[in-house]
Amino acid sequence: MKGVDGIELAVLIILFAFVTVVGFAAARWRRAESLASLDEWGLGGRGFGTFVTWFLLGGDLYTAYTFIAVPAAMFATGAVSGFFAVPYTIIVYPIIFVFMPRLWSVSHRHGYVTPADFVEGRYGSRGLGLAVAVTGILATMPYIALQLVGIQAVLEVTGVGGSNNVIARDLPLFIAFAVLAAYTYSSGLRAPALIAFIKDTLIYLVIVVAVVYIAVKIGFGTMFDAAQKKMASTNPTTGKPTGVFIPPPSQYLAYASLALGSALALFMYPHSVTAVLASRGRNVIRRNAAILPAYSLVLGLLALLGFAAIAAGTKPIGLDGKPNPQLVVPQFFEDRFPSWFAGIAFAAIAIGALVPAAIMSIAAANLFTRNIFRAYFERQASPAREAAVSKVVSLIVKLGALIFVLSLDRQNAINFQLLGGIWILQTFPALVFGLYTRWFHRWALLAGWAAGMIYGTVLAYQQSSPATKHFGRPLDEVPFLHQLGYIALTAFALNVIVAAVLTYVLRTARVPDGPDRTTPDDYHADADDPRVQPIPELTER
Amino acid sequence: MADPERTGRRRTELPVGTQVAVAVLVLVPIVALLWVGSYAKAGPRLWGFPFFYWYQFAWVFLASACTWLGYQLIARARGQLERDREIDRRRDLSAPVTDPERRGEER
Repeated sequence: MKGVDGIELAVLIILFAFVTVVGFAAARWRRAESLASLDEWGLGGRGFGTFVTWFLLGGDLYTAYTFIAVPAAMFATGAVSGFFAVPYTIIVYPIIFVFMPRLWSVSHRHGYVTPADFVEGRYGSRGLGLAVAVTGILATMPYIALQLVGIQAVLEVTGVGGSNNVIARDLPLFIAFAVLAAYTYSSGLRAPALIAFIKDTLIYLVIVVAVVYIAVKIGFGTMFDAAQKKMASTNPTTGKPTGVFIPPPSQYLAYASLALGSALALFMYPHSVTAVLASRGRNVIRRNAAILPAYSLVLGLLALLGFAAIAAGTKPIGLDGKPNPQLVVPQFFEDRFPSWFAGIAFAAIAIGALVPAAIMSIAAANLFTRNIFRAYFERQASPAREAAVSKVVSLIVKLGALIFVLSLDRQNAINFQLLGGIWILQTFPALVFGLYTRWFHRWALLAGWAAGMIYGTVLAYQQSSPATKHFGRPLDEVPFLHQLGYIALTAFALNVIVAAVLTYVLRTARVPDGPDRTTPDDYHADADDPRVQPIPELTER
Repeated sequence: MADPERTGRRRTELPVGTQVAVAVLVLVPIVALLWVGSYAKAGPRLWGFPFFYWYQFAWVFLASACTWLGYQLIARARGQLERDREIDRRRDLSAPVTDPERRGEER
């Protein structure tokens, strides 16, 4: 194998060091009197405007995994496994435009920090809140792990970590991780919010250069022709076409359901909710729903890098000598660009992994603190105590993710992320339906959640692919439709049916409902509205 | 949905016309992109991009425009609601006598 490129590595390290300084300095940004509360440490003071929120959400939602895995999927099997991310990240915004302002309002009126806080208050059920919190933490852990897979991919192409010694091999990853953990601990959400500016600037720079390069040196027509030829060719192991260039009618449902299921799931993730609740007002969210698709454009162009790599004949070979499509984007930059620019591209991907990893660990820590620690162990926890617990838990969550990366096969990590989507979507009825109606019964929602979780997990476990026996793909034949569809959406349908039928039964049987701590007015409260101040009698302590 | 404190029109709800218009603006991109059959074809090409690919890129901009328009409609309707509410509040302060001429000025 080749050696380490000095210039490339130097650029990567300099940019990484710069980001580290910014991360620690962020504690002074929009300085609060004290960071010792979840509102300050975990939500950055709840005061981010349109501009900061745009960078924060963009940095949060478009992760290194997206930049690595979507092009990898395009490179390996084409449109249905990769390009669905474009319609997915377009339709997600009209969806959040509708319901997110309501969640923002009710959360600000009652001082809710996590989605599970709202569910607990709305349904008067700690059990339902716990279910939402556990699902959130469960789905987030492998997602953080995947950010590390992104960093690993960059390091592997740079040639770092090729040693056979376990400690030496993963040392760069450990260092990156320790640094991330340290500034998240000290600065909270302000760190990723500030670093997101650097990340997004680098990503935009890299993608503009890459697109110009493709247009001039390869040509879009040539690129698509090469991709079409590869997808139509026969895969020697399966005897079927390698991939899909344009979906045939039998794959329409798969494509649409992957887009819709992922879109519905995205804002159920605790880290997305955290970034939204950190904004200053309802209109900040609405304006962002209109301007965030700018990132979808970048995502689409990055996806096409997978096709560009096909046309350019990129060979993504790992340090172990085996082909690994996850390396295709870094390898493309390594082969085709001068060292210093490849270094910038690698830094963009690596920093792109740090921002979401920080926000995810904060969000998971908040869930633990509010909905497990405070709900079950210390009902009277003070804000300072909550922040202290969250800070420690954010370290534990990251450690868990690190163990995930080191102990599991990378192929498994990717499949666990697909499973994460299946899980997190099962919290949708309790959260989003709850923003509009109290008709659903708390126990019916809990039963629907359980049904969706079990059904989705079992079905995903049964999927085999040439590479793995279990969790091989996120698709399965949809009952009654006899076409492939995203398992998350099928499980979600089952979830809703169970919740609706059981609600009817429980209401007919007059089983007592929990108290609703919210009022209809709460769902419209806005910034600079005096009602937005948390009202002590309404905020349960 | 009777609100005991405020009989009559709920001041927090948007006008029906605005609600319908926003609902349409929200649904159009979702329906367009989930209707895969309408765009899963190779031609016509644009700058080398097959139709399937450039059409979805085009929706990045169209969806953004739809959402922005929806935001503008809501902001305008909310502004109107705020002004109405302000008038209500002043009228309540000067109760029980209401002065139709002064209210006319404020509108």
